[in-house]
Amino acid sequence: MRGLLRRFAENPAATAGLIMLAAILFAALTASFFFPGDPMAPRGAPLLPPDGRFPFGTDMLGRDVLAGVFHGARVSLLIGFLSAIVSVLIGVVVGAAAGFFDGAVDDVLVRVTEFFQTIPSFIFAILLVAILTPGVTSIIVAIAVVTWPPIARLARTEFMALRSRQFVEAAVLAGVPRLRIISREILPNAVTPLIVMGSLLVATAILTESSLSFLGLGDPNHISWGYMIGSSRTVFRQAWWLSVFPGCAIVLTVLAINLVGEGLNDALNPHLKGRVKFES
Amino acid sequence: MRVAGFLLQWIVKALAVVLAITILNFFLLRLAPGDPAMVMAGEAGSADQTFLDQVRHEYGLDKPLPAQLAIYVEKVFTINLGESYRFHRPVAAMLLERLPATLLLTGTAYAFALILGPLLGALAAMRPRSLLDRAISVLSLFFYATPIFWIGLLLILLFSVRLGWLPPFGMHGFIPPDGLLAQALDTLQHLLLPAFTLGLFYIAVYIRLTRASMLETAGLEYVKTARAKGLPEWRVATAHILRTALLPIITFAGLQAGQLVGGALVVETVFAWPGIGRLAFDALFQRDYNLLLGVFLLSSLMVVFFNMLTDVVLRLADPRVGARA
Repeated sequence: MRGLLRRFAENPAATAGLIMLAAILFAALTASFFFPGDPMAPRGAPLLPPDGRFPFGTDMLGRDVLAGVFHGARVSLLIGFLSAIVSVLIGVVVGAAAGFFDGAVDDVLVRVTEFFQTIPSFIFAILLVAILTPGVTSIIVAIAVVTWPPIARLARTEFMALRSRQFVEAAVLAGVPRLRIISREILPNAVTPLIVMGSLLVATAILTESSLSFLGLGDPNHISWGYMIGSSRTVFRQAWWLSVFPGCAIVLTVLAINLVGEGLNDALNPHLKGRVKFES
Repeated sequence: MRVAGFLLQWIVKALAVVLAITILNFFLLRLAPGDPAMVMAGEAGSADQTFLDQVRHEYGLDKPLPAQLAIYVEKVFTINLGESYRFHRPVAAMLLERLPATLLLTGTAYAFALILGPLLGALAAMRPRSLLDRAISVLSLFFYATPIFWIGLLLILLFSVRLGWLPPFGMHGFIPPDGLLAQALDTLQHLLLPAFTLGLFYIAVYIRLTRASMLETAGLEYVKTARAKGLPEWRVATAHILRTALLPIITFAGLQAGQLVGGALVVETVFAWPGIGRLAFDALFQRDYNLLLGVFLLSSLMVVFFNMLTDVVLRLADPRVGARA
């Protein structure tokens, strides 16, 4: 564990990512303290350019853009992390079942996974959110449903490799129940690559959420960065600050998570350093 | 014979995907609140009982579920995707009308990404940790983290609003110029910004992938042999490393090609490009599910097609793939 922390800390890019992520988390946690009240409510005159009172300016309804950026961090991080967790859960269950049981179960699950990979993910996500009606829950469900297949494939490969190892065979011979073998013997050994992939998924999820909200499919009750950019599209030529600041927030967040994810990858697999894994 | 077998295999696969997507579509429509008749009636603005009964009968909604599914599947396989609730036109015809614009946009963006991405990635990998490598890597990290729609808006601000070089939206000028060449140039001008926007994210992906793949290949034994033979470095890089390193890139490109349609949806919305994505966006807001499901089906078919194309290219590029299969 200490070796892991040291390797992570020795990686300047990963450390920078962690600091950026901490800053965004700070914004999300202190949004209500610095900007109490509803960020969707008007605070000043409309379309004020950035100045001392509103450092990021105001939008066409007079809402404080800085307050929106702070509050928007909550939705982005919440959706990013929760949908990644749900996606990893689905992927691990499917992949573990496919990798542990051979034959028909494996065949069917592999086909299902392949099918879900054939579906154009963003359009599928849009359909799901539109049909389930836009909201935080439906967005999380939609993102998880379109992102689990690569996790399942990874989990399957790991489980297949571990299944024939001696400690697993010993457990089988000792009569340990299957579910227990899967959860106690195999899963802990397969968890490292899954964590790395899951952390990179958080970034993908945040990008997807921002596109959905940009198109008007965000949760109508919560302000989000994508929504801020999308809703100000009609005036973005006159008021650059309405799209530039929330956009920077998205880029910084996604960048930070990618850096941390890759840092984790390098720290957990020192022999694979510098190798980016693309599973698709 | 082998070609015929290959084609047959892919036709079966495409049909299976269409069937699966159709069944998925069928259940997605049923996920929507209210039964499909209520949804359609709500969209048509008349919810009286006669209308509901009529719609239910027309779509076979008064029959048991498996029978309904059979009717739906049969309709899709006879390329009857139903009518758009809003435009009252056949969905299949509307999609076909819009397809060329989307193919032009995605095709250009794709070509652009596939040329520039591996090129920059290879340049970065040739001298790891050099200034050029760092610059290219940082650039790709940024574009990899940037939402497509935001890049589009910034490019419009810069090239259309500030500099006035390129048109900010549409596919043609308000008054189309005379002559084919002038019209083609006009479309090209309109195409540049959206295609560049859509391509940027994928350029970033291919840079990262090529760089990683080349660095990995560069450590293999046969590359050391090539160097030991005294080949010049550029020949080792192009003929020996890049050739092998490109294989995972082709695989990935095939998987991504179909996903471009999803990206195109966002870009077409930002640039008011008259393609399928733009149509899907309109359908979304008019809750025109038939149209939306049509887009979904068509884009899934495009993924299958691109996967097939990738398989062909892979067989051509790497004889081992064919032998293994």
